[in-house]
Amino acid sequence: MKDVSFGQYYPVKSFVHNMDPRIKLFFLVAFIVAIFLAGNFYGLAACLVVLIFVIAFSRVPILKVLRAIRGVLFLVVFTAAINVLFRTGETVYWQYGILCVSKEGIVFSAFLICRLILLVVCSSMLTYTTTPVELTDGIESVLKPLTWIKIPVHVLADVMSIALRMIPVLMEETERIRSAQKARGGDIEGGGLIKKVRALVPILVPLILSAFRRADELGDAMDARCYMASKKRTKYKKLRLTWRDLIGFLVAAALIAGVVLLNVYEAFLWLPI
Amino acid sequence: MNALELRNVKFSYGENAFAIENLNFAVKEGEFVAVLGHNGSGKSTLARLANGLLEADGGEIFVLGMPLEQKNLYEVRKNVGVVFQNPDNQAVASLVEDDVAFGAENVGLPREEIGARIDFALKAVGMEKERHATISRLSGGQKQRVAIAGVLALKPKIMILDESTAMLDPRGRREIIDVVLRLNKEEHITVILITHFMEEALLCGRAVVMNRGEIVMEGAPAEIFERHEELLTYNLALPRIGQICKGLREGGIAVEDTLDIEKLAEEIARCVS
Repeated sequence: MKDVSFGQYYPVKSFVHNMDPRIKLFFLVAFIVAIFLAGNFYGLAACLVVLIFVIAFSRVPILKVLRAIRGVLFLVVFTAAINVLFRTGETVYWQYGILCVSKEGIVFSAFLICRLILLVVCSSMLTYTTTPVELTDGIESVLKPLTWIKIPVHVLADVMSIALRMIPVLMEETERIRSAQKARGGDIEGGGLIKKVRALVPILVPLILSAFRRADELGDAMDARCYMASKKRTKYKKLRLTWRDLIGFLVAAALIAGVVLLNVYEAFLWLPI
Repeated sequence: MNALELRNVKFSYGENAFAIENLNFAVKEGEFVAVLGHNGSGKSTLARLANGLLEADGGEIFVLGMPLEQKNLYEVRKNVGVVFQNPDNQAVASLVEDDVAFGAENVGLPREEIGARIDFALKAVGMEKERHATISRLSGGQKQRVAIAGVLALKPKIMILDESTAMLDPRGRREIIDVVLRLNKEEHITVILITHFMEEALLCGRAVVMNRGEIVMEGAPAEIFERHEELLTYNLALPRIGQICKGLREGGIAVEDTLDIEKLAEEIARCVS
């Protein structure tokens, strides 16, 4: 809970920061498609190379990027463990009941770990380099056609933008409540699963209550600044495609093409996976 | 002309709840008024009535001469900016610039104009350097200055600070007061400062004391603080300097009542010598 870095904007100026959020969204989707299309490690290696370039051109420090992985470490280890222990294969190293460690299992879970890490890092690159406002502007712009079927896209975008901006505030609040409970002798750490879940109640209840109070006040502050959902607003930051976006688009397209090619020509490559 | 005028305003939060029976209150254009009062005295309700966040049950409210009605709510809100108490509950965006733009976007200004207004507003509160900063990383005083800038971007004629300094440290409070004093002097914005810090009231041209939904005292701050026995009945204390005067007299040093530090020093010197 202390790690607030996931999904936080990293404010520097860079090639990637300056890209259009729509293209970045497209890039992320393309990247995810590429990860799941990739049938072998070559494909993933291609994704990794592209990702390294993205990181390099975003000027986000590598440590910060790696920290994003920490948040999903448990998931990664868990998935890997399940796959190593339960996946059967031809070359079995160790077997006990339904537990079975095989070469295929190890290779497959390595594959999964790579996929997961690439996925998480690329997604957090989007949030590191794109402000929530840009992101929602991008999503709003992409979803614009839905206004035809009477879906209030811009209201949804506002809701999302506020939700995103409230994350650090609520994180801080959680930390504060947790400390307050601890200071008064609340037993929050340790204990079994049930005890842990129970310990969440005295944190969640005040958190939710305060979130409502915040929402109320924020609503007033928005009203006071002339917010009306039904009214047409202007946008200070207009989305405009530039040469950067063309490059982003081309790289994404090339990545998918590359991964497909690597799948097809796998047989001609030397590493037998 | 009166910037804001409440005539015989009635309001209630429901049966058996807090109510304003008959409130009359006027603020002249360009004035700097402090509204003092204990918790639950109705001072925040006053702020909310003045820009239509709450609808009065009776009486009339005039903003810059125009009656406040449902149909001109928008006009009123453009002219009456409100800065609220909690620095964390007012920003809608994550970045300073985006948040300051919010109000201006809501009223549908063209892009160039919004840019110019952001420049103006951030300069007025001395936050030009933080234009691209993340709001959640700023200090409380800075967050409130961003909130003021967000209101300023709408170019209001009247600014109400609803206990905007209550959650700040002394330094943050000083920052905010300096900013509004300057806005009042240089931009001729009418300021209504709602507070329970008596020191802040000393800086205003006029002070108004509220108790249980009524205005019970009104006048120059010096006049009001002379009537300290009466203030005590409304659960209000004297500013620090006033308390010192009183204490000195009780201790047998017969100083004259004053709210000026230099004067008090002279008084003490006179009495002691």
